[in-house]
Amino acid sequence: MGVDNPLGENIITTSLDKLVNWSRKSSIWPMTFGLACCAIEMMATGASHNDLDRFGIIFRASPRQSDCIIIAGTVTKKMLPVIKTVYEQMPEPKWVVAMGACACSGGIFDTYSVVQGIDEALPVDVYIPGCPPRPEALLFGLLKLQDKIWNDKNSFGSAIGLGTRIDGATA
Amino acid sequence: MAENNRAVLKLKEKFAASIIDVVEFRGEVTVTVKKDSIIDVLMFLKQSLQYNLLTDLTAVDYLGKKEDRFMMVYQLYSIPNKDCVRIKTPVSEADCRIPTATQVWRTANWLERETYDLFGITFDQHPDLRRILMTEDWVGHPLRKDYPLQGPDREPYKGRLS
Repeated sequence: MGVDNPLGENIITTSLDKLVNWSRKSSIWPMTFGLACCAIEMMATGASHNDLDRFGIIFRASPRQSDCIIIAGTVTKKMLPVIKTVYEQMPEPKWVVAMGACACSGGIFDTYSVVQGIDEALPVDVYIPGCPPRPEALLFGLLKLQDKIWNDKNSFGSAIGLGTRIDGATA
Repeated sequence: MAENNRAVLKLKEKFAASIIDVVEFRGEVTVTVKKDSIIDVLMFLKQSLQYNLLTDLTAVDYLGKKEDRFMMVYQLYSIPNKDCVRIKTPVSEADCRIPTATQVWRTANWLERETYDLFGITFDQHPDLRRILMTEDWVGHPLRKDYPLQGPDREPYKGRLS
């Protein structure tokens, strides 16, 4: 790429941050967690036609193995503590995708029993509008999340206990 | 017609003093009875007239429209006879309680818990009267007409231009 490569053909040089960011963005493992009709679109996105696996996005059945949670559907006030527990069980670093109108803002459910947007409880990284969003929209949102992870600063340093990770959106 | 309905005929015979109203609308027969005799009526319908399935049990809030605020509704179905009947009974706000129907149909257990949860009607002698849909620490009964739609802790939405 127009750069001298003194170390030979099979070696590339990069920063440790980029190495960590690259591995993180290429292996976003979302929690298998659906709440309403959005979950159907999420499953469709994971299935063979759209195939999330090709982005390294593989649904995990345990929050301990996940680093992303897709809030796919209406969050009721009764479900909120459950979601909080699942989120707290996920190891750092972790990202939240609010999928669909309900997760973003409560959607059409402007009522006493529904949380008016999951951002009241969790730090949301990507908002995906739609009711429900098509698989393409979810895919685009997840690619946006990849971009955000790619722009994280000090991800290596924070992993070995030096300082904190600076979020890709603010960096 | 309602007059020829087998349940109505028998009920009129046996509980003449308790029946407030009999209505038929589009083939659906509704019998309104007094609250005091509701369990006797339901027990009779199940044991003698084979209304062995309680399809649904719920309530209606007639806030400001009727003297007695609530109306209990029992939807009954007879599997052997393949016919339905609806039993209603008024419940006043001042005495917001009614005997449980769990002694007649055990399925009334959860249906009465739902009615208790959403309308705040107490079911006497219910084996396990707890909230079933809302969280345990919820305050209020959301299906009551005077419950704010968007919850008590929010400014009510008055339209986009307000």
